[in-house]
Amino acid sequence: MSLPAEAVAALDVFQNAAGWEQRARLLMQWGDRLPALSDADKIEANRVHGCESQVWLVGALVNGHWQFAANSDARLIRGLVALLLARVNGLSASELRAVDLPEWFAQLGLSRQLSPSRSNGLNAVLQRMNELAG
Amino acid sequence: MMIPSPWRADFPAIAALQRQDQTYLDNAATTQKPQALIDALTHYYANGAANVHRAQHLPGAHATQAFENSRSKVAQWLNAGDSGQIIFTHGATSALNLLAYGLEHVFNPGDEIAISALEHHANLLPWQQLAHRRGAKLVILPLDHNGLIDLDAAAALIGPRTRLLAVSQLSNVLGAWQPLPALLTMAKAHDALSVIDGAQGVVHGRHDVQALGCDFYVFSSHKLYGPDGLGVVFARNDALPRVRHWQFGGEMVLDADYQSARFRPAPLGFEAGTPPIASVIGLGATLDYLAGLDQDAVSAHEAALHDYLIKGLEARNGIRLLGKPQLALASFVVEGVHNSDLAHLLTEQGIAVRAGHHCAMPLLKSFELAGAIRVSLALYNDSQDLERFFEALDQALELLR
Repeated sequence: MSLPAEAVAALDVFQNAAGWEQRARLLMQWGDRLPALSDADKIEANRVHGCESQVWLVGALVNGHWQFAANSDARLIRGLVALLLARVNGLSASELRAVDLPEWFAQLGLSRQLSPSRSNGLNAVLQRMNELAG
Repeated sequence: MMIPSPWRADFPAIAALQRQDQTYLDNAATTQKPQALIDALTHYYANGAANVHRAQHLPGAHATQAFENSRSKVAQWLNAGDSGQIIFTHGATSALNLLAYGLEHVFNPGDEIAISALEHHANLLPWQQLAHRRGAKLVILPLDHNGLIDLDAAAALIGPRTRLLAVSQLSNVLGAWQPLPALLTMAKAHDALSVIDGAQGVVHGRHDVQALGCDFYVFSSHKLYGPDGLGVVFARNDALPRVRHWQFGGEMVLDADYQSARFRPAPLGFEAGTPPIASVIGLGATLDYLAGLDQDAVSAHEAALHDYLIKGLEARNGIRLLGKPQLALASFVVEGVHNSDLAHLLTEQGIAVRAGHHCAMPLLKSFELAGAIRVSLALYNDSQDLERFFEALDQALELLR
């Protein structure tokens, strides 16, 4: 299964990032590029619970391919969410079920963001995505 | 200005954390442990563990002796004298639940329980749920602008319907001593029972439960440099008969039949099941260690560090402190910066502080905040720890702004 182009781009920059500072800058850049979510989507039903910040996630199958949109009021989680969407958007339902998302963040050098004690919400976002993907 | 801690080397984990590039400033959540405690745990497990208050054999006698010695040390630490009993529980939360269940029968519909607006969930939820069970009313004493319980408001709210007052001695978010003597006088005037949550307060300075005059004083061992899984209730003799047995089983029983049983008085009657024996023995060792320190020197050190922390925070732009912290800790937010982002970048730099609601959601909501960053100090921290924190804070803010 080939990676989506966005995911290839993400791997390229994050795997070459040196140190926490550069990773943080990259995360914020990726977060800033995430399209804004409409107010209609920023409703309680779309809110991911278990995050320090407010995170919303919506997703739909369009012509057999998943299209997710998400946003957050915090910048670093927004970047993490952008990296998540880069990996999953456009996948078919069966492809999405086959993706190992923790492994994806490990490849990016961000596996610590998924440690169980982290309350940044990435774990909660992954869980919500699994629920949406059925 | 350098503020070294003469006690730092007594806590081996501090050096271990430093080797992992971690600066530990989350002491209000839990503390590192002195070597004296580690030695006591090792000694107990290496020399023969046994259950307490049960067996006639020698290991059982030794364990029971050590266990009961710890009880005496706790009583001494709080200057309980013979004014009450020391009951061991599985934590401060468990201690407050013991009281909320053991005193349940005291409450009738319409009776009032007064707590303050700054309570930790452990001193809020047991009373809230008790109020639900008994049709009682939970009355919230508001705070003044310094983060202290407002005494004028309290005087109007604590009245003839108040059956119980439960308040913290020192807030885990605001870091300020609460005006306990005045509040306890109000409770007494209305024959209300009083419960003090000393989880944070007991860690700073020495407290005298007889001078305080409360009915119950609760704290947890792990915040006081002791082992976890252990809480303490001091219960005054006059108030103790009102507490009914709560959890059942083990040696809390005096006599049991299939259909009925009689139970022991305090303290054993409230210590159902096997207690956390090693932790109790370990807490005794911690108290021995702490009792050997120059308490004035510890207090002066903590005050100097806190002053350094507050001045450093106040010197930076856009930082808003929650309340007016007097000691131990400071919680803050930064204008235009999300707590979650700041916490993320402090973590990346090896700064262990706490971000979030600090188990006091209603209090944070009253500040219209979803969370805050909290830096909390212990006697082993030094000014270099704070320097590392400030450097990391400046780096993080530079990135985020």
